[in-house]
Amino acid sequence: MTNEALQLLIKDWAPEAEFTEEGSQYLNVLVKPEHLHDLMEILKFNSETSFDYLFCLTGVDWGQALGVVYHLESTQYRHIIVVKSQTEDRENPRLDSVYDIWATAEFHEREVYDFFGIKFNNHPNMKRIFLTDEWDGFPLRKDYVDEINMVIK
Amino acid sequence: METVIANSNFKSEEYFINMGPQHPATHGVLRLLLTIDGEIIKKVEPDLGYIHRSIEKMCERDSYQQIVHLTDRMDYLSANINNEAVCLTVENALQLEIPDRVKVIRTIIGELTRIASHCLWWGVMGMDVGALTTYFYGFRDREMINDIMEETCGARLTMNYNVPGGLMFDIHPNFVKRVKDFVAHFKTKIPEYNRLLTDNIIFQKRTMGVGILTKEDAISYGASGPVGRASGYSCDVRKHHPYSAFDRVSFTECLETEGDTFARYKVRMAELWESLSIIEQLIDNIPEGEHRVATNAVIKLPKGEYYQKVETARGELGVYIISDGVKSPYRMKFRSPGFSNLSLLSHIASGGKIADLVATMATLDLVIPDIDR
Amino acid sequence: MRVSLGITTNIHNWLFSTMNVTMASLVEMVLIALIYLTVFAVLGLFLVLLERRVAAWFQLRIGPNRVGFQGLLQTMADALKLVSKELTGTTRADMFLYNLAPYFVIISALMALAVIPFSYEFQAFDINIGVFFLIAVSSVGVIGILLAGWSSNNKFAMIGAMRSGVQTISYELSIGLSLLTMILLTGSLQLSEIVEVQKNGWLIVQGHIPAVIAFMIYMIAGTAETNRAPFDMVEAESELGAGFHTEYSGMKFAYFFLAEFINMFLIAAIATTIFFGGWLSPFGITESLPWLGIFWFLLKTFVLVFLMMWFRWTFPRLRVDQLLTLEWKYLLPINLVNIVLMALLVWSDLTIKF
Repeated sequence: MTNEALQLLIKDWAPEAEFTEEGSQYLNVLVKPEHLHDLMEILKFNSETSFDYLFCLTGVDWGQALGVVYHLESTQYRHIIVVKSQTEDRENPRLDSVYDIWATAEFHEREVYDFFGIKFNNHPNMKRIFLTDEWDGFPLRKDYVDEINMVIK
Repeated sequence: METVIANSNFKSEEYFINMGPQHPATHGVLRLLLTIDGEIIKKVEPDLGYIHRSIEKMCERDSYQQIVHLTDRMDYLSANINNEAVCLTVENALQLEIPDRVKVIRTIIGELTRIASHCLWWGVMGMDVGALTTYFYGFRDREMINDIMEETCGARLTMNYNVPGGLMFDIHPNFVKRVKDFVAHFKTKIPEYNRLLTDNIIFQKRTMGVGILTKEDAISYGASGPVGRASGYSCDVRKHHPYSAFDRVSFTECLETEGDTFARYKVRMAELWESLSIIEQLIDNIPEGEHRVATNAVIKLPKGEYYQKVETARGELGVYIISDGVKSPYRMKFRSPGFSNLSLLSHIASGGKIADLVATMATLDLVIPDIDR
Repeated sequence: MRVSLGITTNIHNWLFSTMNVTMASLVEMVLIALIYLTVFAVLGLFLVLLERRVAAWFQLRIGPNRVGFQGLLQTMADALKLVSKELTGTTRADMFLYNLAPYFVIISALMALAVIPFSYEFQAFDINIGVFFLIAVSSVGVIGILLAGWSSNNKFAMIGAMRSGVQTISYELSIGLSLLTMILLTGSLQLSEIVEVQKNGWLIVQGHIPAVIAFMIYMIAGTAETNRAPFDMVEAESELGAGFHTEYSGMKFAYFFLAEFINMFLIAAIATTIFFGGWLSPFGITESLPWLGIFWFLLKTFVLVFLMMWFRWTFPRLRVDQLLTLEWKYLLPINLVNIVLMALLVWSDLTIKF
């Protein structure tokens, strides 16, 4: 399916979603956190889009907001879409987990939590994956203060 | 008498066992928390991060040329393909026109790396199911590839041969001859591998019907590489999103449908033949030309987001760069194949025996630095 | 010890002439025990060396070749290193059982050697229930392994020990029954007599088809009994680290290690005695030189030892349930049928005798 057709379809499902193709080879969709899970569910289970393969889940610190980027691919049609969602709340950021849609998200979301501190609702095992539980702060955030130069020398 | 029976509360008890971080079967510092009932595994919980080096954080400080060197240290068995992935992303972002010569050499070396990685995997696979001799056979043939790489770029494991814009040096004059020798040599050795391990009845009994992964689960868990293909899930990046010279060679994607440990084994063995065939198609007609196009000393990617996937020996490696136009990426993410493949271990190993877990883990072909990045 | 070589008779006579009978036989026993211990400790070390060289040969390597001529002293050096190492242990181990376990294993292995006839009248202890004694003593070793795994307070060791218990108890049956099949031919449990019977042809020839089946079952079960690959579930380094001896170090570990090799020698020695005519030369070619018996005995034994090493460096390991399936569903029924077959053979006098 072409990017335009995808854009039309998704406009139907999530009217407030923002689209952009600028500076990226894929179609980018920015959705509000509260619509994220619903949209994701449709994207996977709708037979026209059928995005059944979540191949990359990235946490990003946009400065103001903390966000997650989902790269989705359909193993049937081989089209790719990028879904983004972000939250302004840096103290207690929360997003919905997509673990129930793509099982691979379980580990990837734990990684995002580990480095960005974004908590995922309904995640079965929301704890740090790489760092120790006592680790202070979230290292990949841009405002992370690394006093003893532990990460970067 | 009845009270005795009532009191003899005879039930088996589950217990925890710590597999790793120092354990022969975890191939590195992976720790698995096993919940076990007798010999039967109830739950596997991986505990990661023992060798996490925060490569993604380091990338936010480094220039793109420096980042290439870091990727060697992720999946060190597909070091060259990792390098290639970063170089391809940067080249695509800069919209550089890469000479054909570079593309072909990259493909040949990528396939050599894949063969070397599979050789090592095969040796270790045998060792994990108890046949120690396979290890040395696998290493004998891998050694030849390492020697070729040493002559070509001076390094045996972490090659650093690719740079954004091409290759660091041109190939050595002996390269073509030695690769041909290797291909001829290795064609006689794969049947030997089969005689030693594949055809062994004990090995087949150990692996058939063990650790079954269905196609739906494979996709849902983001399995890629031979792990996904053994479940009948066509996921070869070289086919679906061809890069370098893969669009000009003919090869079949090795698919199996059983999804068990033996299927994953067969896929990798078949891939050895495919890689040899790809090398044979390319080695005789490496185009003449430049081995590198000039780039600025300081590479600044235009503002934007770039994603490139390649097929390493373990599966799909994704490189995601968010650039804000300066010399270092704003955010760099590596989607490593091992991380996703590990996440399905618990799913397919539960209910099996400890020995099954070891055999299953061997065919997932985990490289821990790849997972821990 | 009934040894025809004059020197031992001389010592025997001298001992009995200088002190009273009780004292003399006691001293004699201690002497023999010491000789056996020394000889077999050294033999065990050389078996380790042999294994390493064989493994190297299979694995495109050279193997130990630096210490002494062709590495002959390598395992000696290793043993010295092990003796000088600290004996570590876990803090919450059951120290009494923990220390006791290695001795169970090594003593049972050495005890069984006493009844093996190495050559004509060269046998420390020729009792009329020799085969029975062998089976009984060799199964004591598993107690040591169980104790080691249980007392180390280590879960891996515990799993290894449990596997070992299951495995040894199961395969003990097959060993016993396959030997019993051969006893039908000899009519005696005394090992020297079993060899004597084979002057009319080795038992594997005398008993032809059932004897070959019995030999195959014996070798499979024997490999399992010594916990060697492809039945090394007990140690299974890729699964359990080192299995039951994970927590042992220094000399206590060396006892387990040595016992494994002596047991392997023992299994091969029993097979030689029962199936391949013991110290008898093939076709009686050196019948006039009885002292060559020891050479023939060791030659046959080492061929079988090599066979076991060949297994180890070629086959992958079985899984524990497959191991039990193999024993209880295949080997045991075949064995039982085989005994009946052999009985019919002996009854209808179909054996081959020269």
